[in-house]
Amino acid sequence: MELYNYSLENLGELLDKGEISAVELTRSVLERISAVDDTIGSYLTVDAEGALIQAESADVRRRKRDNVTPLTGIPVGLKDLISTAGLQTTCASKILAGYRPEYDATVVSRLRSAGAVITGKLNMDEFAMGSSTENSAFQKTCNPWALDRVPGGSSGGSTAAVAAATAIATLGSDTGGSIRQPASFCGVVGMKPTYGRVSRYGLIAFASSLDQIGPVTLTVADAALLLGVIAGHDACDSTSVDLPVADYYKRLKNDIRGLKIGLPQEYFGAGLDSEVEVLVRSACGQLAAAGALVNEAISLPHTDYAVACYYLLATAEASSNLARYDGVKYGFRAENTDGLLDMYRQTRAQGFGDEVKRRIMLGTYALSSGYYDAYYRKAQQVRTLITRDFEKVFADCDVIVAPVCPTPAFAFGEKVDDPLAMYLSDILTIPVNLAGLPAISVPCGFTKSGLPVGLQIIARPFAEETLLNVAWQYEQLGGWSRRRPEIKKKAV
Amino acid sequence: MDYEIVIGLEVHCQLLTETKIFCGCSTNFGNLPNQNTCPVCTGMPGALPVLNRKVVDFAIRAGLATDCSIVRENVFARKNYFYPDLPKGYQISQFELPICVGGYLDIEVEDEKKRIGITRIHMEEDAGKLVHPEYEHGVSFVDYNRACVPLIEIVSDPDMRSSAEAVAYLKNMRDIMVYLEVCDGNMEEGSFRCDANISLRRWGAPELGIRAELKNMNSFRNVQRAIDYEVERQSDILDNGGVVVQETRLWNVDRGISMSMRGKEEAHDYRYFPDPDLLPVVIDDFWVDEVRRNQPELPLAKRQRFVVDYGILLTDAEVLTSDRNLADYFEAVVKIFPRPKAIANWIMVELLKFLNDDKIAITQCSITPQGLAELLKLIDKGTISGKIGKQVFAQMYSAADNDPELIVTTKGLAQMSDAGELTGMIDEILAANADKVKEYQDGKSKMFGFFVGQVMKRSKGQANPQMVNELIKERIG
Repeated sequence: MELYNYSLENLGELLDKGEISAVELTRSVLERISAVDDTIGSYLTVDAEGALIQAESADVRRRKRDNVTPLTGIPVGLKDLISTAGLQTTCASKILAGYRPEYDATVVSRLRSAGAVITGKLNMDEFAMGSSTENSAFQKTCNPWALDRVPGGSSGGSTAAVAAATAIATLGSDTGGSIRQPASFCGVVGMKPTYGRVSRYGLIAFASSLDQIGPVTLTVADAALLLGVIAGHDACDSTSVDLPVADYYKRLKNDIRGLKIGLPQEYFGAGLDSEVEVLVRSACGQLAAAGALVNEAISLPHTDYAVACYYLLATAEASSNLARYDGVKYGFRAENTDGLLDMYRQTRAQGFGDEVKRRIMLGTYALSSGYYDAYYRKAQQVRTLITRDFEKVFADCDVIVAPVCPTPAFAFGEKVDDPLAMYLSDILTIPVNLAGLPAISVPCGFTKSGLPVGLQIIARPFAEETLLNVAWQYEQLGGWSRRRPEIKKKAV
Repeated sequence: MDYEIVIGLEVHCQLLTETKIFCGCSTNFGNLPNQNTCPVCTGMPGALPVLNRKVVDFAIRAGLATDCSIVRENVFARKNYFYPDLPKGYQISQFELPICVGGYLDIEVEDEKKRIGITRIHMEEDAGKLVHPEYEHGVSFVDYNRACVPLIEIVSDPDMRSSAEAVAYLKNMRDIMVYLEVCDGNMEEGSFRCDANISLRRWGAPELGIRAELKNMNSFRNVQRAIDYEVERQSDILDNGGVVVQETRLWNVDRGISMSMRGKEEAHDYRYFPDPDLLPVVIDDFWVDEVRRNQPELPLAKRQRFVVDYGILLTDAEVLTSDRNLADYFEAVVKIFPRPKAIANWIMVELLKFLNDDKIAITQCSITPQGLAELLKLIDKGTISGKIGKQVFAQMYSAADNDPELIVTTKGLAQMSDAGELTGMIDEILAANADKVKEYQDGKSKMFGFFVGQVMKRSKGQANPQMVNELIKERIG
């Protein structure tokens, strides 16, 4: 087997034993990128030179046994909204074309000090706004399992890269399902940690109160290892929480007999693809057979309001977060403009794509004087109700299990002209972000046409340990992880 | 006039913290452009604010000094608008829940006391500064050194009824903020700024008139001039049956007029909402008590303490406490040489005269408290007379020499206190002026001064005047 096909966990063992070097591994991944990424389109920027230099120093670290971590020498790709000093970071937006941050995001500093090798920056929906990665200003990313289908979004580049083995692991960000939904579409593991678990410092904001960085990996164990490195309090992010970080990897194999699992009725309603439903219910059956207590009648009554609530709050925050892209300090500035106001207008009109503009307008409206109470404030109140729904359920359940997305990966162009249909593909992931909870998508099978489907597991705030434990146990029962698509090269 | 003037003031104080409100950059004034910046205060993508808790301390301090209630749950809000000096496209400020509410400040104008209500005090960040170079037309630069420097905005109730009251309020407020070490109070450099909301209404009218907001007044005098100009402008409009436009007007110092900046039709909708990057700041009793314990003494309390503890006159205490640094200077001298009355006299009569002539502040004075104390000790011991003391003082001041004893020695200014030497001198003078001695003894008592004067003249002012008096009296009864 080629090195790029191994899991992070297995590669760590091989590196530990000295059977392979980080440089060999990095070369293998870079070759894989050259071989398939013109077909997949997962990367916006590949930093081959930087990666090899980091791999060399990882090898030195391993030789000297100097602060070796499970990530030392592992090639990791980053969603292109995570700031990397000196390496172009665009958010897949024309307005940030050519922007090179002067600082590393906290997660990047942590990866670097763990010895990870950063391969490059991955495609996404512009500013993380979208569910198919079709909103990238630069390129499309194909689903490695079906090249005519989307990888999901907004972290479509991150999940396609892991599925296509153009990275061993990647980081994505999840604001309304942006890690879990594409992970489900691409047949990989994608996790959104509790809000506050991972520092947002250096994560280019879409919606500050919802955004969270998380791991995208081949297996649950890999996710546990990667989360262990990036999680933890950061004094540079006021919303990061000062709680101890458990050894997630060590607790993966804990027994789940007697564990209480809830299935929310509202997540199995109209619009749910029947194949998806069958796969998710059979996964629950396997968990029950393994000794978990499954309650199929729990209720999250405010679920119906989540999408509306989310699209008011997320767009309101985005309208303000994206105000800094004004052509004054960095990134794109329109040319031949007439004065300051015209410079602003032209820069933003030419620099942002349609979906971003649509959301800025929505959010600006929601915050406008006279509408604030009816929209923004009301949405905040709904958010509280949704959070309470979960609190009540978690009084009796240890985890909630549900589908990630009502459908498997859809075709390019299928929803791009119908924003509302696109928004609804996040209906089962959005409530988790509103409540700030940790959740994961684990592969739970394939449709008849060969498209992967993910199982969503949701846990209590900061119960990542339980979440990963249940996910790992299911992964052993289901056996759907580690499968690789056969990538047919596009005819040139 | 047919109208009642209604004035409310918004004061912005730049806080004397060492670092900015949401990052660790220096607040030092006068550094090279953009030297005091980082990803946070330049609004780089992904950078996040972290609150400097010292700013909260300072805001509580200002609130306690103005009898405000301290709001326990504080929320920072974003004020959204576009301008190149605002790196994030929004200013982090406070909106619905400011840190202090419902206080007051007492003022006095022409012996009439008045209480001015304070609506609120809130914390916020300053913006950067645009630089328009003269050498290149159509190009501007931005200096973000000031971006993210902490401010408090103090909003008064519309309680002032004349420009004199407004200025009294401002002076008082500035004194307090300087005393609290919250702000350096420098209006020219803009660390203490004021906007004025002015409206007129017919006497007895229950509702406020339409107001105009005045900006860009960088001295007390300009505040007074700008308000007077605005009152005149509005009353002209109203007299002619017109309607005042609600707008912001910029005061033009050179032309002595104000000009419209933007009208209501262009009024901003700032779309305030709670900043999701910052958690609410909860202020508990412990925090407030901690600030209260370390609260510096305010001018009024200091004034009263000076009168009681040092036994000086209220008018002297008023002068000495008018400036926090002057009060500190006074107390520093008292600490070394505990004769407060004499010290107060010397500061008020000599020291302030020199400082006023040179237009410099007490902090720039070349005579140290130690130096002044040493000089007063020499006078007290009788080594030199008060008159000579003034000469020595002038010498110390101009040469920045704080060793009065050395000055006295090297210049031979020490007082003649040798009874034998003085007696010889007196006897000679009395003998040479026998006629005048006779006049004196016949009842012309003012001749006594003549003899003393002669002795002082012959001794070049160094004779101990008290001894001279006694010795002459001994001789001629």
